[in-house]
Amino acid sequence: MYDKTIAELGAGLRAGDFSSLELTQGYLDRIRRLDAALNSFISVVEDSALETARAADERMKAGRAGPLTGIPIAHKDIFCTQGIKTSCGSRMLDNFVSPYDAAVVSRFREAGAVVLGKTNMDEFAMGSSNETSYFGPVRNPWDTERVPGGSSGGSAAAVAARLAVAATGTDTGGSIRQPASLCGITGLKPTYGRVSRYGMIAFASSLDQGGPMTRSAEDAAAMLQVMAGFDPRDSTSSEQPVPDYGAQLDADLAGLRIGLVQEYFDAGLDPAVAQSVRDAVEEYRRLGAEVVEVSLPNSALAVPTYYVVAPAECSSNLSRFDGVRYGYRCAQPRDLEDLYKRSRAEGFGAEVKRRIMIGTYALSAGYYDAYYLKAQKIRHLISSDFRRAFETVDVLMGPVSPTTAFRVGEKTDDPVTMYLSDIYTIAVNLAGLPAISVPVAPAQNMPVGLHIVGNYFAEARLLNLAHRLQQVTDWHKQAPAGFV
Amino acid sequence: MEWETVIGLEIHAQLATRSKIFSGASTAYGADPNTQACNVDLGLPGVLPVLNREAVVMAGRFGLAIGAGVERRSVFARKNYFYPDLPKGYQISQYELPIVGRGQVTIDLEDDGTKVIGVTRAHLEEDAGKSLHEDFHGMSGIDLNRAGTPLLEIVSEPDMRSPKEAIAYMRKIHTLVRYLGICDGNMQEGSFRCDANVSVRPKGQAAFGTRAELKNLNSFRFVERALRFEVERQIDLLEGGGKVLQETRLYDPERGETRPMRGKEEANDYRYFPDPDLLPVEIDDDFVAALETSLPELPDAKRQRFMEQYGLGRYDASLLTANRATADYYEALLAAGGGDPKLAANWVAGDLSGALNRDGIDIAQSPVDAGLLGGLLARIADNTISGKIAKQVFEAMWRGEGDADAIIEARGLKQITDSGAIEKIVDDVIANNPGQVEQFRAGKEKLMGFFVGQVMKATQGKANPKQVNELLRKRLS
Repeated sequence: MYDKTIAELGAGLRAGDFSSLELTQGYLDRIRRLDAALNSFISVVEDSALETARAADERMKAGRAGPLTGIPIAHKDIFCTQGIKTSCGSRMLDNFVSPYDAAVVSRFREAGAVVLGKTNMDEFAMGSSNETSYFGPVRNPWDTERVPGGSSGGSAAAVAARLAVAATGTDTGGSIRQPASLCGITGLKPTYGRVSRYGMIAFASSLDQGGPMTRSAEDAAAMLQVMAGFDPRDSTSSEQPVPDYGAQLDADLAGLRIGLVQEYFDAGLDPAVAQSVRDAVEEYRRLGAEVVEVSLPNSALAVPTYYVVAPAECSSNLSRFDGVRYGYRCAQPRDLEDLYKRSRAEGFGAEVKRRIMIGTYALSAGYYDAYYLKAQKIRHLISSDFRRAFETVDVLMGPVSPTTAFRVGEKTDDPVTMYLSDIYTIAVNLAGLPAISVPVAPAQNMPVGLHIVGNYFAEARLLNLAHRLQQVTDWHKQAPAGFV
Repeated sequence: MEWETVIGLEIHAQLATRSKIFSGASTAYGADPNTQACNVDLGLPGVLPVLNREAVVMAGRFGLAIGAGVERRSVFARKNYFYPDLPKGYQISQYELPIVGRGQVTIDLEDDGTKVIGVTRAHLEEDAGKSLHEDFHGMSGIDLNRAGTPLLEIVSEPDMRSPKEAIAYMRKIHTLVRYLGICDGNMQEGSFRCDANVSVRPKGQAAFGTRAELKNLNSFRFVERALRFEVERQIDLLEGGGKVLQETRLYDPERGETRPMRGKEEANDYRYFPDPDLLPVEIDDDFVAALETSLPELPDAKRQRFMEQYGLGRYDASLLTANRATADYYEALLAAGGGDPKLAANWVAGDLSGALNRDGIDIAQSPVDAGLLGGLLARIADNTISGKIAKQVFEAMWRGEGDADAIIEARGLKQITDSGAIEKIVDDVIANNPGQVEQFRAGKEKLMGFFVGQVMKATQGKANPKQVNELLRKRLS
């Protein structure tokens, strides 16, 4: 039951083999039984989940069910959910219950999906290990001594452990793909503008993008079908028509040109991870694709550029958390300044404060040109690298992350090492491109993700590539011991 | 030493859009606190701004009206600072690339000359909310109804050399924005506000002196008073060997003085950067062409036309074109049989304006509309009544007693033009005042007025003054 795809579950629901209520109850039981070891959920909403499941069963009977109707999913706790706490992994919003639904949340609501709860995450999506959460670290179901990656670590762990059929995530510098890679699931970051950011708590507005986290590419296609589309409430949302993602999953790969990014196979890459990625690329060669080496010469500049742009935007985006209207407020403020200072000092964790400080500095008078403006220029160079590459190849491939999941606590004292965990994913956000992480052969018994980057709005192609690999391999079907 | 004053103004005109600049909430004034603040205005987590097209249209109209045009690409930026009535912790404004670039307006000087004042730029931005300090003991209240209201900030060059010039410029912009229909100009409600940069320098010196920025100038009167106070303060300071500090000063209307704001409030580094939630505003030729065709006749052009078409002097033409409603009234009056343009101008600027001011009524709501007044002026033109009687009729019309003809009829105010009737009265007056007749005939010409007055008195003002004059001269000579 808990290994079925969304399509299989949908068929079972429509055939009356089982009800959404039973399915939902089953997932809730698993969460109650298994999540203590993982801490993947911040909130579990049993009552509303069961209520939605009942409504979905009614809808099923009335013949008005869609592909997601009655399917139990989870939302990353960065998406605003009316009536459910939306904490963003922070003490700052531990008391915040949103009065409105995010665009993504209302789309799933309309589709009839059952929301089991809200998943744990790095505080305000700032982290690569899910250790910066106010609600404690999430554990990797493949080895609970290890991190699940971040910032969408709760979603990745929950999907890998079969505590939800699928989950939503967000990706600012790798926050869908890196945890998907570390937990052995499929995670897609769509083109910037493909999925509405309305109601998704902003970290870095020009980089943030929501996307699906699932066990298979087929499920990711079904989830993206619900999430994607123009939203007039988001000025950066794209009016590009949304294709039928499921229809192109089986497309032939003959003649497809794959570019292996040579800069990504550098000294920092774990040789075992490199081997798994190369083996997967060989599979594509066997499926008829042509593989060539390509260069993205400005790759090395991606991490420093990102760590100017993203903190700059976050320093401004997080200004609204001031203790005045909602969220955490310090006890007994002496005056306005004290209210601001202590509410923010006590409400934010160390990593968030570090990035606010970096960003504030980068935007300050006298430093703006040297940091923010320079970073924007390099961002253009990085985009140009990709544009040139896509003149000769259809997709790019490489590893998602340089290593498999590291141990809890291993990198928490060294932010720069932690930042390098996203070294291959960050450039994609700076360019606004779509990319997917697909499970390939494990290394040291831990999952490894293959990174496939497409041109703008090539999500269907990425899902097609991931699906074709998943037809000839079964890495995505492996379940972590103890969570079968 | 002789000093020269240098003034530049920053005017905030609240744009007359129905909804806010980045949300769908209403901009109507005076609602209960926080009833016109939606999720976006409250700065809730996850909300995003969407630009109100109408605000761009209005800014564009202003750009065209001052000869600046509309910038083809402008960018919204975030101005970051913490304040409780600023919900997001930043104000969305325009910084490096405003929607309106350099333009100019022409102001009238007191000596009948004119002067061109440069407009450096005008940019779109959102207003903040209001902090309410009175009603809550030991606490402050926040009303976010105003948060997100669209503003056009109009920045002038430091081209004004006296408080009078500054006021003339401010009035000019005030007239312009109301002509364009982009701002209601209501200063009491804060729809039209002004900050001033003021400095003084020895006459003849090219370099500017150190300037002070004056805030809280929310009426024309306050602007003038604050500027006068500040200029004198700076001159006294410099003449006493002191130095002017570059600082922000608040005008206190009760004491009639300016005082420095606390230092902390101006020590901000706003850390401007382009707002990643909003795309650059791209304007194409079609947009500008549509704006150009929708532009009304502007005050300067209208005044020129009034002078040429109606033969009015500059003063009358200025009065009549000071706002669109008055100009429209005037032209409707002429169309309604108001006859002589000069007579019509006198009535609009005189009796009508007087009555409107007296009763605090807007010309658009005048109880005597252009049609009614036109009917009255027609009766003056055809000698049915004299100008003096017309004033009586006007007051009756103002009180709603009907149109001019009905009032003239009902009260028997029709002018006596029958020569026989007037002759008889003239003869009576001459007969009854032999002493005055003797003096007049002896050369005391100014007694003519006395005789005219007597005739008018006897006819309750209804005799045709021209005929009375002629007959008297004939009989007395």
